[in-house]
Amino acid sequence: MTDLAISPARNQNRTSKIVLRWILYLILGIFVIFYLMPLFVMVSTSLKSLEEIRTGDLVSLPREVTFDAWITAWSSACTGIRCEGVRPFFWNSVMIAVPAVLISTLIGALNGYVVAQWRFRGANLFFAAMLFGCFIPFQVVLLPMARLLGLMGIAGTIPGLIFVHVIYGLGFTTLFFRNYYVSIPSELTKAAKIDGAGFLRIFWSIFLPLSLPIIVVTVIWQFTQIWNDFLFGVSFSQAGTQPITVALNNIVNSTTGVKEYNVDMATAIIAALPTLLVYVIAGKYFIRGLTAGSVKG
Amino acid sequence: MASILDIKNLYKNYGAQEILKDINVSIEQGDFLVLVGPSGCGKSTLLNCIAGLEPITSGTLHIGGQNMTDVSPKDRDIAMVFQSYALYPTMTVAKNITFGMKVRGVDQATQALKLQEVAKQLQIEALLSRRPGQLSGGQRQRVAMGRALVRDPKLFLFDEPLSNLDAKLRVEMRTEIKELHQRLGASMVYVTHDQIEAMTLATKIVVMKGGVIQQIGTPAEIYNRPANLFVADFMGNPAMNLIPARARTNGTGTRIEIDRKDAAPIVLTDEKNRDLPKDVIIGVRPEDIAEPDFRTSQDAQHADCMVDIVEPAGADTFVVMQLGGKQVTARLHAETTAAPGHVQRLSFDLGKVSYFEPATGQRLN
Amino acid sequence: MTKWLEHHLPKLVLAPSFIAVLIFVYGFIAWTAWVSLTRSRLLPKYDIHGFIQYDRLFASLRWDVAMNNLFLFGTLFIVISMVLGLILAILLDQNIRTEGAIRTIYLYPMALSMIVTGTAWKWILNPGLGIEATVRGWGFENFKFDWLVNPDMAIYTIVIAAIWQSSGFVMALFLAGLRSVDTEIIRAAQVDGIPTWRVYTAIIIPSMAPIFLSAFIVLSHLAIKSFDLVIALTGGGPGFASDLPATYMYAMAFSRGDIGQAASSAMIMMAVVFTIVVPYLYSELRVKND
Repeated sequence: MTDLAISPARNQNRTSKIVLRWILYLILGIFVIFYLMPLFVMVSTSLKSLEEIRTGDLVSLPREVTFDAWITAWSSACTGIRCEGVRPFFWNSVMIAVPAVLISTLIGALNGYVVAQWRFRGANLFFAAMLFGCFIPFQVVLLPMARLLGLMGIAGTIPGLIFVHVIYGLGFTTLFFRNYYVSIPSELTKAAKIDGAGFLRIFWSIFLPLSLPIIVVTVIWQFTQIWNDFLFGVSFSQAGTQPITVALNNIVNSTTGVKEYNVDMATAIIAALPTLLVYVIAGKYFIRGLTAGSVKG
Repeated sequence: MASILDIKNLYKNYGAQEILKDINVSIEQGDFLVLVGPSGCGKSTLLNCIAGLEPITSGTLHIGGQNMTDVSPKDRDIAMVFQSYALYPTMTVAKNITFGMKVRGVDQATQALKLQEVAKQLQIEALLSRRPGQLSGGQRQRVAMGRALVRDPKLFLFDEPLSNLDAKLRVEMRTEIKELHQRLGASMVYVTHDQIEAMTLATKIVVMKGGVIQQIGTPAEIYNRPANLFVADFMGNPAMNLIPARARTNGTGTRIEIDRKDAAPIVLTDEKNRDLPKDVIIGVRPEDIAEPDFRTSQDAQHADCMVDIVEPAGADTFVVMQLGGKQVTARLHAETTAAPGHVQRLSFDLGKVSYFEPATGQRLN
Repeated sequence: MTKWLEHHLPKLVLAPSFIAVLIFVYGFIAWTAWVSLTRSRLLPKYDIHGFIQYDRLFASLRWDVAMNNLFLFGTLFIVISMVLGLILAILLDQNIRTEGAIRTIYLYPMALSMIVTGTAWKWILNPGLGIEATVRGWGFENFKFDWLVNPDMAIYTIVIAAIWQSSGFVMALFLAGLRSVDTEIIRAAQVDGIPTWRVYTAIIIPSMAPIFLSAFIVLSHLAIKSFDLVIALTGGGPGFASDLPATYMYAMAFSRGDIGQAASSAMIMMAVVFTIVVPYLYSELRVKND
C-alpha cells in the first residue's frame, strides 16, 4: 500500500529531474553558441566573396567558398601605404615572441629557483617588488621606455621590442617558477649540497629535470601574452617592425579603398591562429597558467 | 683518543632570536648520539649546523679533529638522511646513490662497485633502475640510507628518518639502523622527537628544550636520573609520576608525606636521601609502584591507595589514582586484582625515586 | 675567491633582474610621476610646476568621459563576468557528460588577442552588414542595433566584447574553486537532507571567498588596462564617447604630443590600480610568510 502511495510522487520527481536536466543542457548549449558565434562568423565571412557579404546575412554559411580573402590577407592586403599582406608582420611577431619567451622563461626559472630555495635576507623583498611589477598599468612606463629605447638606439626595432617584453615578462615568469619551486622540499637542496653539488649543478641536475610542467605553463603564458600584445607593439615599433596585432588593426582601420570585410576576418584569424593552436594543443597548461597568474598572484 | 665530533660554545641566532644557546657536545668514534626534544627545541637546527647547512653564530665545531666551523657541507666528510628522504625525483635509485660520487668525479668503475656493495648491504639490488616515485615508504628510506652509506663518511647524520613510516615499519627500521650501527661501528648523530627511538638507539642522548641542552647522558642515566622536571616528564612512556610532597628529615631517614583528597596523607620513609628541602616534587616511574607481592625491593614502602581507573594493556595493567593533586599511574602485573573504586595496597620503590626542587625543577638527589 | 662566488652566486643571479625591476618599474614610475608635475608638452621638461597637469586633466571633458566610462565599463564588466562565470561554473559542475568540450569552448576567447576580439565584434555589431542587417533580412524591418555608432551606447559594445572574452576564464576559476571544496562537507550536508541549492548558497559559495577576491582583482586589473579592445572595436569613438583612461593616455602621448597630460593620466591609472592591488598583494604575501 505504501508503495503505491509513494510511486506517483516518485514518478513526478523523476520527470521533473529529466526536465531540469534538459533545461540545464539547453542553457549550456545557448552559451556554447554565444562563445562560438564570433569565431563562426569570422570563419564564414572570410570564406565569402565581398558580393555575398553585401547581402548582409551574418550567420549564413558561404554559398560559394573562396580562399581569395585569405590569399589577399596573407600577401597583398594594405596596411597604411604598404600592400604586402600580413606575412611580414606575422614573421615580425615570431621574431619578437620566440626570443622574448625563451629569455624571460630562463631568467624567471633562475630567479624562482633562488627566491624559493636559496633564501637570503631581502629575497622576499625582491619577490614582493617583482610581483608588484606584474600589476602596474604599463601606461605608466610607456613614456620613459620610449625615451630609453631611443637613447639605447633600439627604438622601433625588433630587439627593442624583445627587450621590453623580457623586462615586463620577468615578474610573471619569476612568480610561476617561484611558486612551483617553493613546493619542492628544501631538503632536496640540502641533500644535494651534502652530495657536493653547487648552486648551478643543483639547478641543472635536480630542479630543471623536475620543471617540465612549469616550463610548459610559462612558455605558453609568455607566448600568449607577447603574441597578443598590442600596447608595446603599437608604441615601440615602426612601419617595418610592427607585430601582427598592430598590422591587423591597421588593415581593419585603413580607410582607403573598398572595405574588404572578408580580408579583415581572414587577417584576424591568421593573427589568432598561433595562440588558438597552442590553446587547443595544450589547453590544460594554458588554464593552469591563467589560474596560477591570478589565484596565486 | 680524539673525539669524532666536538662542539664548543655553539650559539645560533636568527636575527635577534636565539635558537641555540651555548651548546657543548662531543662524541667518540662509534658513538650513536641522539638529539631528542619536543618540536621547536632546536634539535634539527643543531643537526643542520653540524652538517654545515646553517651557519653558526658563534662557537666552534670539529669533526674528526678538524675545525669545520666554516667549511661547506660537501667538505665535512658527512652523510645525511632526511625526514622526507629527499631523493632526487627524476633520477633512478642507482643515480640517486651515485650522484654524490659523480659530482666528485669518482670514476665509473668505482661508482659501480660501491653501488653494488651498498645495494647488497641494504637489499635494494632489485630497485636500482626504479625512480623514487615508484617506491614504497620503506624502500625510499632504504635508498636514502644507501645514499648515505655509499659515502663512507666520518659521521652520519639522521634527521627524524623514521617519522614518515607507519608504526610497524618504524620499529623494523629502527632495529635495522641499530644493527647497521653495530656492524659498521660508525659514528652517528640522530634527531628524533620520539623518546622511545632515543632510548633504543642511543649510546648517548642529548635532551633539548628551547635551544638549551637539558641533559647529556647514557639512556640509563637519562631514564633513571633525569636532571630536571622537563627531562623526567619527557623521557619515558607513560611519563614519570611527578608528585608534590613534603619532606622532613629525622633520625631514621626522610619522612615523605603526600597529600590525598579523601584520606590521610601517604607517609613513606626514605632512608637514603637526607637533607631535602621542606617542599619537594617526588618523581616515581610507573613501574616503581607495584603490588607488594611482585616487588621485593628492600627500599619498598607500602601504602593503600584508592584506584580510579584500570587500563589493561596486555603485558601490563596501568592503574590511575589521585595523589598530591596529580594523576599518578602505576604499572601493575597483567593479572592484578585492582578494581576501580577499590583500595589497593601498593609498594613504592624509594630506591629509585628522584627528587626535584619545585621552584627550579632541578634534581636534588 | 671561489668560496666567495659560491656564497654570493644566488644574489648575483638575482641582481640583474633586481636592477631591471628597480629601473624599469620603480624608476620609470618615478620618472612619469616627475614629468606629471611639469609643463611638458611635446618634449619632457624637468622643472616642477606643481599639479598643473592634474588641474588640466580634471578640467578636461574628454578625461571626464574616460573616467566615467571606466567606472561604467568596469562595474558592468566585473559584475556580469562574475555572475555569468559563477552560474556557468555551477551548471557545469552538475556531472555534465561533455564538460571537457564545453569548458574548452567557453574559455577559448581568452587565448585571443583583444585586437582580434575587437575586430570580430566590430564586424558583428556593424549596423550596415552585421546583426542589424541580418535580423532585418529575416523580416524584422524595424530592428535597430546601432550601439557601435551611437555615442551613448558605444561603451556597452566594449562591455559585451570584454565579457565574451573573459567570462569563460572566470568560469574556469570558479569551477576550480567548486572542485576544491572539501567533499566531506558536501556529503555531510546531503546526509543532513539539505537541498542542493542551499548547499551551494550556504556552504560552497561562502567558502570560495578568496576566489571571488582574485577574480575581482584580475578583472578590475583587466578593466583598467583595457586599451586594445577599445582601439580595435570603437577607436574610442564616436568622437571620444568610448574613451577609457588607457586610450586617453595613449592619445596624449603619441598622437597629441602632450606628454604632461599623458604622464598625469598614467599616474591616475596607476593610483587606481594601486588602491585595488596593493592591499591584496600585501595580504597575500603576509599569509605566505606565516
